[in-house]
Amino acid sequence: MFSNCTDPSALEGLSWLACYLTNGKHLTAYASVGTVLFLLLVTAPAALAFGFAGAVAARSRVAPLRWLGQGYTSVVRGVPDIVFFLFFVIALDQGFEWMRHQVLCPDWSEPIRRGNDFVVCPAAKLPLSTAPQWVHETYGFLLAVLTFAIVFGAFAANVLSGAMKAVPNAQIETAQAYGMTERQSFWRILVPQMWIFALPGLSNLWMLLVKATPLLFLLGVEDIVYWARELGGTKGKVFAYPHPDWRLWYFLALLVFYLSLTQISEVVLGRITRRLSRGQATFAGEKQRKAAA
Amino acid sequence: MECWDTISEYAFRSLGYGTRALPKTDFTLCQQFTLIGSGMLWNIYFGVLALASGFFLATALALGKASETALIRKPCEWFIFIFRGSPLFIQFFLAYETFVLLPKEGIEIFGITAETRWLTKAWAGALVVLFLNTSAYSAEIFYGALRSVPKGDLEAADAYGLSGWARFRRIVWPTMLRLGWPSYTNEAIFLFHATTLVFFSSFPAWRQSGDALYYASYFADKTFNPFIPYPIVAFYFIVLTLLVIWGFGRVNRRLNRHMPGQAKKIRYRPQLVR
Repeated sequence: MFSNCTDPSALEGLSWLACYLTNGKHLTAYASVGTVLFLLLVTAPAALAFGFAGAVAARSRVAPLRWLGQGYTSVVRGVPDIVFFLFFVIALDQGFEWMRHQVLCPDWSEPIRRGNDFVVCPAAKLPLSTAPQWVHETYGFLLAVLTFAIVFGAFAANVLSGAMKAVPNAQIETAQAYGMTERQSFWRILVPQMWIFALPGLSNLWMLLVKATPLLFLLGVEDIVYWARELGGTKGKVFAYPHPDWRLWYFLALLVFYLSLTQISEVVLGRITRRLSRGQATFAGEKQRKAAA
Repeated sequence: MECWDTISEYAFRSLGYGTRALPKTDFTLCQQFTLIGSGMLWNIYFGVLALASGFFLATALALGKASETALIRKPCEWFIFIFRGSPLFIQFFLAYETFVLLPKEGIEIFGITAETRWLTKAWAGALVVLFLNTSAYSAEIFYGALRSVPKGDLEAADAYGLSGWARFRRIVWPTMLRLGWPSYTNEAIFLFHATTLVFFSSFPAWRQSGDALYYASYFADKTFNPFIPYPIVAFYFIVLTLLVIWGFGRVNRRLNRHMPGQAKKIRYRPQLVR
């Protein structure tokens, strides 16, 4: 990147380090930090949406819908999340291909599951075998996002349904007394008030999500863990620069990265909590009111 | 019965006993159940030992974090911060790379050679990481509980002339445990879940002796069918979770036995802990 990096023999000490850390492979590795942050930004709202849907379903009056919601929230409780990660990535992939197979190749007569193989017609393959490399990578990333959203959505549903129960019942009763329909009292009274009760749980969930991002590596996405292993290892497939085993330093850098990420999150979440406590009939809200008065 | 043969062949496969070769083709349900169950032995081993040893370090760390002396408090705070603020997955990687760099022939400490080679093996290395990790999380729980020990209890202890070790042993510690126990139960469940990461981080599964998830992903890779092995793992873990809740619930009842009314039932709320 720098002009003086062209002559390797002249490099020493800090200038060598500056050149080493800005070579092409390292720049790609830095971009993978963006992958992680992007995953967080996409997954958090998606998981929240899944969670909201789950929580609403769990308190539905229609019994099958309620069972679905309750089943969704409780199934992730007793099982390690990594099991779900490994499961959903294959299961979703096969599910999509199976659906496309049913639509695109209705006259395909051979069975899809043949012994130890899963074979769909070529037109139903996802992504198509002719697709360029970036499509494959994007598809893998999208599968990972969907998996994260499903798993963390179940956690979020748990939090949100608890928060909905925590809103004082008198509030809903008052809304009904004012003649609001059920839909109105849900959207105008319950939903705006539940967030402060949901926030401690959601903050924890965010921390869990941040700390789950290295699992992207297990899902086959080229994330920062992948690059730390490749660049730090003595000789990798992608990085030909010969050096001793430096993985320790790369993982130390990752550790610092994650520590600062969680620390920043904690500060920001603390601010949001203070903001949302304003005007609430809770201990924190009361304290703010007294401090202002 | 064919299944009994499979069980006798593979029940302790994960520990290195029984048939060495894993099934390659024609996987039966019985094989999957047996091998994954055999892998569960490792999850239980890691979980139980890390919890049992982590409990003591956690108590010490919680007391340290509550200490008035900055020289004691700061290291405890940093320890808890580092292990709670970073992903366990990264901790595993980092620990493994560190252990690999230790000299093979061991370290000389006061003339005694400390063996270091076993630290690169999962049974010891991963256990150390899990031990430190659960200590940090539990310490935070215990620290929170320590701070909410009722003032009246401490005043009563003073009034009875209890001080120092006796006060801690008979008043502070039991109350701290009682208050922190529901959260600690959640932490225990999470720890058992975290043990599935061991063989997916750097620690190698020696001679294909891995934990439950290791065998499950082996089957999923070979059959390309995730719908059988992963639900089996899920089943085993739900059973394990229920056992943990039951066991910790009994302790909870004992800790609360002097309280008026029945001890509150522990409700498992996973999101509120980590």
